[in-house]
Amino acid sequence: MQPTSVRFDHQARRALADAELQRALSAIRTGWQPARARAAAALPEFDALRDLARDLKDHVLAHLDLYLEAFEAAATAVGARVHWARDAAEAREIVLGLCEAYGARSVTKSKSMVAEEIGLAEALEGRGISRVETDLGEYIIQLAHEPPSHLIGPAVHFTKERIAKLFAEHHGGPELTQAEALVAEARRVLRQKYFEAEVGITGANFLVAETGSVITVTNEGNAELTQGLPRHHIVVTGIEKLVPTMEDAFTFLRILARSATGQEFSAYTTVITGPKRAEDLDGPETLDIVLVDNGRSALHAGRFREILRCIRCGACMNHCPVYLAIGGHAYGWTYVGPMGAVLTPQFVGLEQAWKLPEASTFCGRCEEVCPVRIPLPRLMRFWREEAWRRRLPPAVQRSGLRIWAFLATRPRLYRLAARLGSGILAILSRGRGRLRWLPGASGWTAARDFPAPEGGTFFSRYQRGRR
Amino acid sequence: MSEAARTTILARLAAALGRDPASERRRKEEIAARLAVPTPNLIPARAQVSGEERIELFLRMARAVQTDVERLAHLSDVATATTRFLRFHNLPQRLVAVPDPLLDRAGFDRQPLMRLRRGTANVEDAVGLTIAEAGVAETGTLVLMSSPLRPTLVAFLPETLIVVLPIEDVVGAYEEAWQRIRARGGPSRSVNFITGPSRTGDIGQQITLGAHGPKRLLVLLVERLDRT
Repeated sequence: MQPTSVRFDHQARRALADAELQRALSAIRTGWQPARARAAAALPEFDALRDLARDLKDHVLAHLDLYLEAFEAAATAVGARVHWARDAAEAREIVLGLCEAYGARSVTKSKSMVAEEIGLAEALEGRGISRVETDLGEYIIQLAHEPPSHLIGPAVHFTKERIAKLFAEHHGGPELTQAEALVAEARRVLRQKYFEAEVGITGANFLVAETGSVITVTNEGNAELTQGLPRHHIVVTGIEKLVPTMEDAFTFLRILARSATGQEFSAYTTVITGPKRAEDLDGPETLDIVLVDNGRSALHAGRFREILRCIRCGACMNHCPVYLAIGGHAYGWTYVGPMGAVLTPQFVGLEQAWKLPEASTFCGRCEEVCPVRIPLPRLMRFWREEAWRRRLPPAVQRSGLRIWAFLATRPRLYRLAARLGSGILAILSRGRGRLRWLPGASGWTAARDFPAPEGGTFFSRYQRGRR
Repeated sequence: MSEAARTTILARLAAALGRDPASERRRKEEIAARLAVPTPNLIPARAQVSGEERIELFLRMARAVQTDVERLAHLSDVATATTRFLRFHNLPQRLVAVPDPLLDRAGFDRQPLMRLRRGTANVEDAVGLTIAEAGVAETGTLVLMSSPLRPTLVAFLPETLIVVLPIEDVVGAYEEAWQRIRARGGPSRSVNFITGPSRTGDIGQQITLGAHGPKRLLVLLVERLDRT
């Protein structure tokens, strides 16, 4: 997917004016948000598990080379083939090469963010291989030719009514009104596709070094049919997905669904260890696992290593005031919300994506709910510093900050300027206590009034209080 | 291409970690030792229950995620319970059951109207019957393990799934179930942890059952396998 993060402000403005999107987004506040809080409260060990999960990921990242080698050896021993891809182009070529070797004319695919990241969908279509997304949300956005707007709910920006219209258009028949009927229709349409596909492509939530196993987590059961029905199964996943043992995987599984949807456990957690065995009655004949780097080793090498702890639960976006106001598409690429603001600059370049880490109030809710305690605001600040260093923000913003820095490092001058400024604002407000318009801040005052300062500056009040 | 990629990626990671050749051997031994002796991490207190309390927890958690559970005294009661369930849901008396010989003693010989096929499922099968390796009380989860006698698709293609779970196989935590799998020589091709029927929230964030997998899930908790 062509990144459009560079147009972030324009896209955010459009999203704010989109009434249907706003309606769809508001469901997160009443749905996933309180559901997570309830699930966390129902498990007294929840926070202790989060600490453990953080430490486990740090341990794996500190020994990632060894765990990858162990995984490769174990997976190979049970008959899987492991492939390595340095970047997106290499990963696409590996998957396309396998599809061609297996004579694939059609593939089914369950949800994989790494597949989105490397642009696999377009690549398959470019080679004339038809692709059907089997996750219901992914299927919806495939029909609508849209990118996903959320990690776990790719079609979260769709209202039921819009889905009904879309289905009627593509499947024929009347517009349905009940969610059950829509799900049943998608089930019927997709059922046939599973049997037609020669190759099933899935992602992985975790890779187990000990056994060479691939773990997928879904609620629909689509990953199981995607890998279980075609003759060939290809897994596309990132090198950071390793966990040492199944025992370690259980620690993550206990916090994943709770953080994502507030479920105690997702409906389906499947552990795949190798392809079909000799006497098995079903299962794919081959299993290929593509381990994708694509910038992860660069993140691993620098200040951003902690983002590699991410288990893609979506809690950070579900609790982000910015994401909840503008949705995922405004971010302009595969990964959205706070985790996307940290990842996207690495994948598409800071020149393209520097505005994403700017779009945060640093309220800290993302870090507060992150199951693996990624310091998302700090990582976003690292990108801001880097953007500043590379002179990416426009001149107005830069000189504004430079003036502020000049004052802030000279306390006497700062106090004088603060007194002057608040005095002027107080006069401008003409005693009404608020300002309808402020020079240079029309973006703020267009939607709300600016509270006028009263009763002196913070510093003068602080000094008075101390005396 | 892949070999060069492999070397590059591993070298990049090693460089980032600033490996010291002197401690390299010890590090390798440590990781190998950690993998050789898998140890459970924190297991929630909720999962550390036994006896009837554990069964109660399993029932409560399973029912909370729309799993139907029925307790049966004998394995031979499975057929009657199945017939009753299918009749209740107005479904034809026809099902595909896994080839496991355990089901030979499930009482279907006394149900002449039931059309029973043994094997894996195909697209026409509306009802599937399989056997769980374990049940996990912690979240009311079933653990299914693929084998020649227990093909996987039976649990995913049919719209209605019935699972036989011997009561002695109900454990507290996931780790206990995995310990059993290890004791049996490690995981088979596919191990499924199933918690309730298939569901989706993709349409207006409203939970709807039966997205791709089963819409209905019945667990038959069998007290005695009648191994006489």
